[in-house]
Amino acid sequence: MILLKNGHVVDPAQNLNGKADILIEGQTIKAVGENLQAEGAQVIDLEGKVVMPGFIDMHVHLREPGREDKETVLTGTQAAIHGGFTSIACMPNTTPVADNETVVESVLYKAMKANLADVYPIACITKGQKGEELTEMLLLNRAGAIAFSDDGRTVQHSGVMRRAMDYSKALNGLLISHCEDEDLLGGGVMNEGIVSTELGLGGIPNEVEDLIIARDLMLAKLTGCRIHIAHVSTKGGVELIKKAKEEGVKVTAEATPHHLCLTEEAVRGYDTNTKVNPPLRREEDRTVLFQALKDGIIDCVATDHAPHTIQDKDVEYAFAANGISGLETAAPLIWTNFVATGQMTMEQMVTAMCKRPAEILGIEKGTLEAGRMADIVVLNPDAEKAVDRNEFYSKGKNTPFHGTVLKGWPELVVKGGRIVLNQGALC
Amino acid sequence: MPIAKKDLIHLSDLTVDEIYQIFKKAQEMKQVLAGDDKKHPILRGKSVINLFYENSTRTRSSFEFAGKYLGADVVNINTSSSSVMKGESLKDTALTLDRLNPDVIVMRHGASGAHEILASHVKARVINAGDGQHQHPTQALLDMLTIYEHKGGFEGLKIAIVGDILHSRVARSDVWGLQALGADVTLCAPPTLMPSRADQLGAKISYNMDEAIKDADVIIMLRIQLERQKSGMFPSIREYAAFYGLNAQRLKLAKPDCLVMHPGPINRGVEITPEVADGVQAVIEEQVHNGLAIRMALLAIMGGAAE
Repeated sequence: MILLKNGHVVDPAQNLNGKADILIEGQTIKAVGENLQAEGAQVIDLEGKVVMPGFIDMHVHLREPGREDKETVLTGTQAAIHGGFTSIACMPNTTPVADNETVVESVLYKAMKANLADVYPIACITKGQKGEELTEMLLLNRAGAIAFSDDGRTVQHSGVMRRAMDYSKALNGLLISHCEDEDLLGGGVMNEGIVSTELGLGGIPNEVEDLIIARDLMLAKLTGCRIHIAHVSTKGGVELIKKAKEEGVKVTAEATPHHLCLTEEAVRGYDTNTKVNPPLRREEDRTVLFQALKDGIIDCVATDHAPHTIQDKDVEYAFAANGISGLETAAPLIWTNFVATGQMTMEQMVTAMCKRPAEILGIEKGTLEAGRMADIVVLNPDAEKAVDRNEFYSKGKNTPFHGTVLKGWPELVVKGGRIVLNQGALC
Repeated sequence: MPIAKKDLIHLSDLTVDEIYQIFKKAQEMKQVLAGDDKKHPILRGKSVINLFYENSTRTRSSFEFAGKYLGADVVNINTSSSSVMKGESLKDTALTLDRLNPDVIVMRHGASGAHEILASHVKARVINAGDGQHQHPTQALLDMLTIYEHKGGFEGLKIAIVGDILHSRVARSDVWGLQALGADVTLCAPPTLMPSRADQLGAKISYNMDEAIKDADVIIMLRIQLERQKSGMFPSIREYAAFYGLNAQRLKLAKPDCLVMHPGPINRGVEITPEVADGVQAVIEEQVHNGLAIRMALLAIMGGAAE
């Protein structure tokens, strides 16, 4: 038994936001309340600390199988725990892609062996992510796929997407859409605007994203399918999602910490760690995106953790790989920039990083109610530390936040009743 | 007269004062070039690497002559960007060249921002001879010297830059430099060849060439790459020439003493007609000569042997 005492517990699912103790027995939470006692329990005093349900990241790239030089299921789940995430959903763009049961089962098997964060594989919408023929969604679901996405390779043909949405209703499936019109994208490598003009880099207008968001929302309305819009970065995208939600479309959406914290200005100097897809946008987009997260139009925070090797990034901007290694900086970024500054409450943070992702994925997670799996993260709200990418457990050291001083770092993580992170280090 | 910054990557790495000092040094170099003996060996014992990842006639040969006239040892490395994508990274090339102890590395590269990588891995001073669609500072310096010599200054000058602004590093350097020196700049292109939010560069924006060059003191024509038409950026060469080409008739809209400039190589009959390119108002070959003088001046100053 473990007794977490005197922490400030935040769990909007049970209207909890104050000092409370949590008693863990075996793999589950036995009780949450004031002045809990338990004979023989390991008592951990969390005075001054913040206790939240383990974070859930529904957008992670684990790279295995195929690109184990970038990340593996083991290093990816180590990074997850280090960042306070006890559950992650991983994207299917591995080599080979997860368009078959074998890849899905292989990821699940490796996650079981790693025995750290729970891993929920997302399978492809189309075979080979080619945007043509549907995958065997029913078989994939039975093998463990939690959702479907051709992440990074938007289904360009509206007819194929409509068919995918219709078919997935057989299992009340969830489609996750990375929204990008490839023809309009052209050769763009960063947000289109004065910064791309001055830097002489190909621009990506917001409409590359907005067009497909609009299309997928219309198709979701037509079909009644559940659709989740990945990494929304634009003001226009937020407005489209808001309108669709008002009309009753079954849409949810996520925003990444980098789109919430950075703008295109970060690209000046050509740091390729700022190269990400969708690109970092303008301040007016960032402001609207953050407000939408608070208002619940954007349901959750997801990292789009995209680890790359050093050599993938240590090249000319136009040639560099897209993506940011995000699992190990997400919580302190949100805490430091938004919670500590009073722009966002702790409940809103838990809603965005625990409660809503669990609801969207349909998993029994994201709350500290008695009887649930004891997946718990403890943050130190005050201690400041600079991001040091060399301390990442992830193989991906590609972060634009290296050197940024943050607080709200995860100190303790309990996964299934077991302490897996203590004093910020994996056990 | 030193230049404060180690590298010349963006024209704004220079102060206005430094730009005028470079003009002065370039005019000294023109005196040297006018003499019987062009050797002015103030860079004896210094070395210059010309690292060219893109083809170039004017820029590469003028940097080579500039180094040689000044007595430096010059090595030319020409490579194609495709071999870079397959082979050695720019970082590794930079680390390798640095161990050859060059004093100056002049680089042209097809990727915007490539010089940031080079400069962060070498001790040598880096001069940008063109990077992608970003900057071409020495072209802007030679353009500005040419204007300065003809007009005596920049304050109040009306200058039109016409052509493929979107893909032009020359335009991006020119627009910064000419405005810093006090000129009034108009950028003119078909809308598909105008970069996003170009109005925020400080210049006026026009899609109508007749308006753009009206009463101009200087017209800088840009080369239109014919492949742009094939990739759908504009409908036809014929239409482009008719609406965005400089011909004798259209030139009459500008001031009678308007200078006609072009960074070369020119497409005769496309962006400029032969009679204008060879006409009395054109200073295109003078630009080439000033390019040599500017590059000699920069190497003299940045090579470490400045008086």
